Amino acid sequence: MKLTDISNDINEWFDGSGPLADIVISSRIRLARNLDGYKFLSRCSNSEKSEILDKLRDVIMSLDLGDKVSYVSVDKAPTLNKHFLVERHLISRHHAFGKGPRGVVIAQREFFTAMINEEDHLRIQVLKAGCQLSDCARQINRIDDMIEEKVDFAFSPRYGYLTACPTNVGTGIRVSVMLHLPALKMTGQIEKFFNAARDMNLAVRGLFGEGTEAASDLYQLSNQATLGVSEADVVSRFEKTIIPEIIEYENAARSELLSKQSDILDDKISRAMALLQNAHLISSQEALFLLSHLRLGINMHEHMGASTPAIEKLHAICGAGNDPHKASALSIATINRLFMLTLPAHLQLNYGKPLDSTHRDALRAQIIRSALNQENPRKS
Amino acid sequence: MLCQICNKNDATIHLTEIADGERTEMHICEQCAIEQDIAVKSHIPINELLSNLLAVQPSDDELFGPSEQKLACPNCGFTLAQFRKEGALGCPRDYEVFEKTLLALIEKAHDGKTTHCGKIPLKTPRDTKKQMELMNLRQQLESAVISEDYELAAELRDKIKQSEK
Repeated sequence: MKLTDISNDINEWFDGSGPLADIVISSRIRLARNLDGYKFLSRCSNSEKSEILDKLRDVIMSLDLGDKVSYVSVDKAPTLNKHFLVERHLISRHHAFGKGPRGVVIAQREFFTAMINEEDHLRIQVLKAGCQLSDCARQINRIDDMIEEKVDFAFSPRYGYLTACPTNVGTGIRVSVMLHLPALKMTGQIEKFFNAARDMNLAVRGLFGEGTEAASDLYQLSNQATLGVSEADVVSRFEKTIIPEIIEYENAARSELLSKQSDILDDKISRAMALLQNAHLISSQEALFLLSHLRLGINMHEHMGASTPAIEKLHAICGAGNDPHKASALSIATINRLFMLTLPAHLQLNYGKPLDSTHRDALRAQIIRSALNQENPRKS
Repeated sequence: MLCQICNKNDATIHLTEIADGERTEMHICEQCAIEQDIAVKSHIPINELLSNLLAVQPSDDELFGPSEQKLACPNCGFTLAQFRKEGALGCPRDYEVFEKTLLALIEKAHDGKTTHCGKIPLKTPRDTKKQMELMNLRQQLESAVISEDYELAAELRDKIKQSEK
């Protein structure tokens, strides 16, 4: 598989589907493992790292995952490809810009990746759209079992699966959800969310930002404790307590916007619409910022029956729905497509060659204008 | 952008100060933040927080005596000084070699828990599995006693007696 085989569309966990998708964009579970009989990566020589890489790559590529798998050699990949893989959440930034022999196995549908020689010998992850943590857990557990049939993992009866950093020891599990929280931000309550997360010992990271700077009002929320708790407990806590609470807060804030600040809401949505439909140059930062408002407007209409003037206007454009002849009608899938495909590495990979920042801004604006100025075939 | 203080590391902390109507911005790296004793909100993920914590930890001599400080892992040569610098361990054996120091860290990172009670590799020998179950029961017993749930504690004590037979 070449990267250009997957680069010109969104993948299945970012297609806007799934339970609670108006707030929970996607779910992810990753497991950290190290091979028994080897040192952790910081102490491995390059030839030891190559040995680990070859061993794990061969095992994982031979698994029956119900999908085609390919291997990308990350240390040998061109910089643009590395950025692309990070943009698509297939590898971490740490992996892209790390040192030494390392790679990633990717399933074609992108629901599964296995990073080899990142911080631990092996980090496998499963991603799904919406809130589907239990399904992710079932799937990744099965894959972990399959790998474990063929290799031995470093494991201690006391501390569980042994990891390079003690903060991951035990289950080695990282459960995360990607959340869209524009209303909490707009009503000045996002700090409360950060504090609540900290009190629950959860980590919050803004997407693509540094620290909690959140592009497009998207946040990644994950567990921090991995020892002394079972995998099922971590997942269950997220599904039964944490996510319902956050959804309640965000929905309450969305209702507040509707009832007390609908002018501000409409203004943001209309300005986003106007700029995205007309700008000739638009930076990634600005595009992500504005797309968040459209995402909010579409979701508020669909899930809360909101019908302010701007939301109605927005809906008139997105009403084309499943018409196969108008694939770019405005839906959440389209918003996600615009989000992903106009990120810098995606843009350049699909264009076929590197572009400087002004050219990227122009190409981005062109792609967005073209998607948002389609004629609505059904006037309801 | 680079840290304004050392000009070497990437700036990952961005501070804005508004005083007397004047706004100043500072862009610094975590190392300088700690060295300059600048307060940072804890939105930093726990790995980094812990590495930093370790870097400014009072000498372990005060807590555990000099023993683990001078140790190097016989398997990989790793030392606690290196752990403080890098934040990651050298090999699985380090968990044994530096147990005392790591225990304090592990407790802090995992809500006070220090024993694994999640998935066990399928290939784990029966004896080890049994050993782990016992360890877990004993830890649960300790928690029950601390929280004064004596009924649960009695149940657990019985279970342990059974398993030890």
